[in-house]
Order: sequence, then structure tokens, then C-alpha cells
Amino acid sequence: MAGNGENPEIVFRGKNVSVKLRALPDSVPVRIMEVCGTHTMAVAKYGIKQLMPDTIKLISGPGCPVCVTPVEDIDQIIDLAAAGACIATFGDLMRVPGSFSTLSKERARGRDIRVVYSPLDALEIAARNPEIQVVFVGIGFETTAPAVALSIMHAKSRGIKNYSVLCLHKTMPQALRSLLDGGAGIDGFILPGHVCAITGIEPFEFLSKEYGIPGIVSGFEAKDIVESIGMIMKSLRYPKVDIQYRRAVKPWGNRQAQEVMEEVFETSDAVWRGLGLIKNSGLCIKKEWAEYDAKNRWSRWKRSPFAMKSGQVEGKDHKAENRQDSGTRQKSTQFYSKCKCGQVLTGTIEPFECPLFAKVCTPENPAGPCMVSLEGSCAAFYKYGTWKINVRRAHHG
Amino acid sequence: MDRIMLAHGGGGKAMEDLIKNIFLKSMGNEILNGMEDAAALNIEDVVPSLPDSGDCRLAFTTDSFIVKPAFFPGGDIGRLSVCGTVNDLLCRGALPLYMSASFIIEEGFEIKKLEKIAGSMAKTSREAGIKLVAGDTKVAEKGSVDGIFINTSGIGVIPPDINISIKNARPGDAVIISGTIGNHGMAVLSAREGLEFESPLKSDVAPLVEMVQNIISIKGAVKVLRDPTRGGVAEVLNEIASRSGVGIEVWEEKLPVDPAVLSACDMLGFDFLHLANEGKIIAVVAHEKAKDVLEAIKKSRYGEKAEIIGRVNNSGLVTLKTRFGTFRIIDRPFGELLPRIC
Ligand code: SF4
Repeated sequence: MAGNGENPEIVFRGKNVSVKLRALPDSVPVRIMEVCGTHTMAVAKYGIKQLMPDTIKLISGPGCPVCVTPVEDIDQIIDLAAAGACIATFGDLMRVPGSFSTLSKERARGRDIRVVYSPLDALEIAARNPEIQVVFVGIGFETTAPAVALSIMHAKSRGIKNYSVLCLHKTMPQALRSLLDGGAGIDGFILPGHVCAITGIEPFEFLSKEYGIPGIVSGFEAKDIVESIGMIMKSLRYPKVDIQYRRAVKPWGNRQAQEVMEEVFETSDAVWRGLGLIKNSGLCIKKEWAEYDAKNRWSRWKRSPFAMKSGQVEGKDHKAENRQDSGTRQKSTQFYSKCKCGQVLTGTIEPFECPLFAKVCTPENPAGPCMVSLEGSCAAFYKYGTWKINVRRAHHG
Repeated sequence: MDRIMLAHGGGGKAMEDLIKNIFLKSMGNEILNGMEDAAALNIEDVVPSLPDSGDCRLAFTTDSFIVKPAFFPGGDIGRLSVCGTVNDLLCRGALPLYMSASFIIEEGFEIKKLEKIAGSMAKTSREAGIKLVAGDTKVAEKGSVDGIFINTSGIGVIPPDINISIKNARPGDAVIISGTIGNHGMAVLSAREGLEFESPLKSDVAPLVEMVQNIISIKGAVKVLRDPTRGGVAEVLNEIASRSGVGIEVWEEKLPVDPAVLSACDMLGFDFLHLANEGKIIAVVAHEKAKDVLEAIKKSRYGEKAEIIGRVNNSGLVTLKTRFGTFRIIDRPFGELLPRIC
């Protein structure tokens, strides 16, 4: 449809909004990826793909921290609960399947697993109940990491001894690099607003400098996202990393939060569900704070999951194949063998093109990482059912 | 003595005192005061006032209430337990008449709180015009119950010409909601979790007797009535669509939501269509009567913010037309609502 010289134009009208979007004729189709769960949700919720001309293809990348949390990490949390720890976690993780159970199911079995809204709530639980060992599950990108670091610093200054953090944090920039190196064929990135509010844009500038690809930090309203797409289209020729979401993001980010993170965490390698091991794409707790590192604290406990796996420390040897556990535990490699998330995350196929989608794989019973959390590409697709509407349209004309 | 003890459920003097001093004091009436094993109800007292009383049917419903915290902004478990049963009766087009209330109370529960709950039940049932005629109290050992659980059951009379059922929606019908969506769910959640928002959220818990009586008196108008409690508006719309074998299109611009609920939802990743409401109804009404019904709701107590939010079609899907003219599915919630943080 995008013939030469023809610029498809969308006028985007909401309350007080009217954005014009022009696709460049010489780059067909343009592949734009968002890498933030909230963006994935917003794109599906507002039906933004329906607004796009055929010349723009929107892809949902690995932006949901829950979806990319490997099976083994979930197993580890469940093992910790079994060993007697009080697990405090964001609600996001409750329904994520490990290889043999979920935190929801384990809580129903009587394990002490509590949903909290902030790591500081978890610290309060520890302060009020000195007789229990509280482990907060630190998950998320740079958005949640500062508060987790802060909770550790508070634990120290308040002398709270029964609090530790299982650090599963990941960071975004290296994951994008690995996608690009893997040949995902992305022409532009919609960058995560919340993450960049903390990090600033510097960690993402390699996109334009090294790969010649524009990246725009976007807000979360429909208008923000469409505007960002417009900005990406405009800067395809002269790529740059820029901010659409100026009301919340400063180019240098949030210095205070960065300092807190640097104080407590350092970079480490991390395993991403669906993508595998990515160098320098995670955070771990620095030696100086080892006392508050659940991996460290619990390795000394008798029935601890970390003690069981001696030699497997700090993500160095996360490969499922090496697990000695026998019986019911599936390995992530088998568990997801038929899942097409790799292709979904790189935009090669749409979720509904996966043969398992909605048949075997549903949010209640996810067969792959993209269906695991509400914010996964497949889950968002399923929830907002764009596919159903499209299919029906096709049938009924 | 300021706390509930096991003795209060033991069937002896302590229990009698509790019933007399707390329950009968606020909720008593000529039937309840009799303290008989079962209430003898004189249905003729009410039914003759309706035309063709011979064709009347009885509506009967029961519901249990567990809410944490028991006291929340805008209401408490007492008001909730009356409204839940009253509104369920109303949704069949019944006039609520009598109800029972059973309490399961945790040992150690403060008697002051119980008094407050009883008072609020008495007040709400008076407002709803329903009579509390039977009750029961059990005390459970500390730790085996979380504070207080209440079960209520209710009986009402359905007038002869009323035919309201979830199976009655037909393409072309209008869908109306009686007010803002999600207030109860978000108010209870934020009270439970100690979340604070700029403007305080209040539960909408209310008995909708006046509103429902007003709209069912419009002949041939109301086909389906549902109260979107657990599972919220999304669940009710999906139930209606599947039980009636139809589809429903909802218009985002028309959905009434408080900005405070909306921003809390944004923060926590909830869909306000999944949040519980305790003082709202969704009505499916004949297209040509939609304006009349809307007017009647708006004139009734708790109905000022009512809107026509969509239309029934034959697509088999519950869809939302967004402000931008795009479409998406309104899905059923999956059990427990879990906040999204990371
Ligand atoms: S539908 Fe399920 S199995 Fe298929 S790609 Fe998505 S997550 Fe994987």
C-alpha cells in the first residue's frame, strides 16, 4: 500500500489529541519494538496496532521482568519458602509457573508467602516479626531496583537482622544489544519511560551511535506512544536517542536513585527466560552487603536450596541441565520446547500464529514466557483479544 | 468484658446477653424479638398489596461476607452483608422482604466493633425496607476465623408481570450502568494495604431498592439486571453475553469512573472493569425505553452518575470501543486480583 511518494497518514484523535503519523515510503515496513510491559499492555489495551498503517509493524520485545524470570528462579523461591523463609514478593510473581508449582499454589499449601507493594513493606514485616526470616524477592528492571537497594540500606541502619533480598534484578540495555546482535531486524525502539526516569538516556545511546537505530523514551498514554512512533519515523534517517516523555524523564535520569543502586548492587550476567544467558544484563548484591543477600544467608542454612546446589552460586551455573533434582521438575528447555516466544519477541510471528496460543497456552496455564505475566506479549494479546476481533472481521467482512 | 469469648457462642447466659444487648438492641423487631427457633412469616401481609398476588413468585438468595478490613471507607461488613443480599433479590426484580444473618466471630473480637456492625446492619436494613427475622451466632477459636464472617439470606416477592433474567438480552438492547465503576474494590484494597491516594476513595456499598423499583415499574423495559460485585463489570457483561447468546459493545467514553480510581488502577496495573462494586447495577433494557430507564435511575438515590454504556449485538464477543475508535476484548478476570509493580 505504501507506493512511492504516497505517505499514509493517520490522524489520531482522543480527547484534546490529534497526532499525525506519516510513514516513510522508502522503509517498508518499518519494524518498531517496545520493550516495557506497560507499553505492551497499553498497545494492546488501546488497540494501537489497529491505528498503524501497513508500513509500520509494532513488536513487543522482552519488556516484562516477570516473563523473563527463568523457571529455576521461581523454583528457588519455592524452595526457600519450603526451607522456612517468609517470602515477600510483588503480586506479579504469584502466578508465574516454576517447573512444578507456583507461589500461589505454595501459599495455599501453607507456605508463608506474602504479597507486598514495596520492599519497605517487607522490611516492616521483618521488623515486626523478629522470629521469622523475611526474604524479599527483588525482581524488575531499574524501576524497582532502587527501592530494593534502599530497603537493604535501611535494614542495616535499623539493625534489622532477619531481612534479606533474593536479587533477581535485570537491566535493559544489554538485552537490547543481544536482540540486535541476534538479527532481530529492528528499525527503532520505543524505550521504557519508567526505566529511563531512573537511568537517563545515556545507557541507551549506543542504539543510535553503534547500531544507527533511533530510540524514543515514551510515556504510557496512547497519545504518548503514537507520538513516540511519530518521532521514531522522523528520526529514521538521522537516528538519535531522545525523550518524548519529558514530563517524567530527565536526560540524566534520577541521580539519587542511581547512587543508591550503585552503593548496593553491581552488574552480573543474567539468564532471561526465552532468551538465555545475557552478559552484564543483571544485578547482584555487592560483597559489602552480602549479609543481606538471601543467596548468601540461606546457603548456610541446613535445608536451604542454595546449600543443596553447592557449586551453583550467583547465576554462574544456572543451566537447567546441571540441576541434580530428579523427578517432577521439568527443565526450562523441555518445558518450553514448543513455545515460539523467541519468534514472538523478535516480531517474526504474531502470538496467535503460535500453534499453542489460546489452545494449550493461556494465562491460567502458560506454556511459554510471553504468556506468564499479564504484561507478556502473548498474554496482552490474549487478554485484549485483538486477534478475536480481527478473525471475526475477516469472517464477517 | 469488652471482647468476644468462646462462652458467647456456648448457648448459655453469656450468649443470651450478647444477643439481647447487641443484636436485638439495634436490629430487634416483633419477629426477631420472639427469639424462636424459626421465624414465622406472614407473607400475606405484603403480597396482597400487589396485583394478582396469586402469580407472584418468591425470590430466595444467600451470600457470605468476608472482607478485610471489616471497616473500610464508605462502609463496613455489616452494611455490605445487608446490601449484598438486598441487591441480589432486586436483580431478579423482587421486592426484598425478610432476611437472616449468621455471624461467625473470632474469639477476642472487640464487642464495640460488633456493636458497630450490628448498628450498621440495622440502619441499612431499615433503609432497604427489609426485615431481619432470623439470626445465629457462633464463636470460633482465635486464629480459625479472621475477625468476623457474616452470612445473610433473603426472601423477596417477584410481582407477576416481571420477567428479569440473565438470559433475556437481545441484539439492539441498551446496556446501562447506574454509576461510577470500581469504587468499592479500590477503596477496600487501599484500606487493606494502607495505600494512600490524593483523593480518598470510598466504597459505593448501598441498597438499591428505590432505583430498582423505579425502573422495573417502566413496563416492558428491563430485561436483565445484575450487580457487578466480584469480578466487576467485565465479569457481568461476559456472563450476560454468554448466557443470552449475544455480544455486547461497550463505549469507553461513556464509562463513568472516578479519576482517583483510574489513577490507582494505572499505578497498580488493575483494570477498573475487574474491580468489585457493591452499590451498582447493570441493566439491559429495550432500546426504545433506554432513555426512560436512564432518567429513572438518575432520579433515584445512588444513581446520579448513570450512563448508557453500550449496546447488545450478535457478535458473541464483549468488546470495548476505545476513545480512539479501536476495539479490544473485555475479558473475564482470573480469580484473585494481583497488583503489578515491577
Ligand atoms: S502462545 Fe504461549 S507457547 Fe506460544 S509463543 Fe506465546 S507464550 Fe509461547
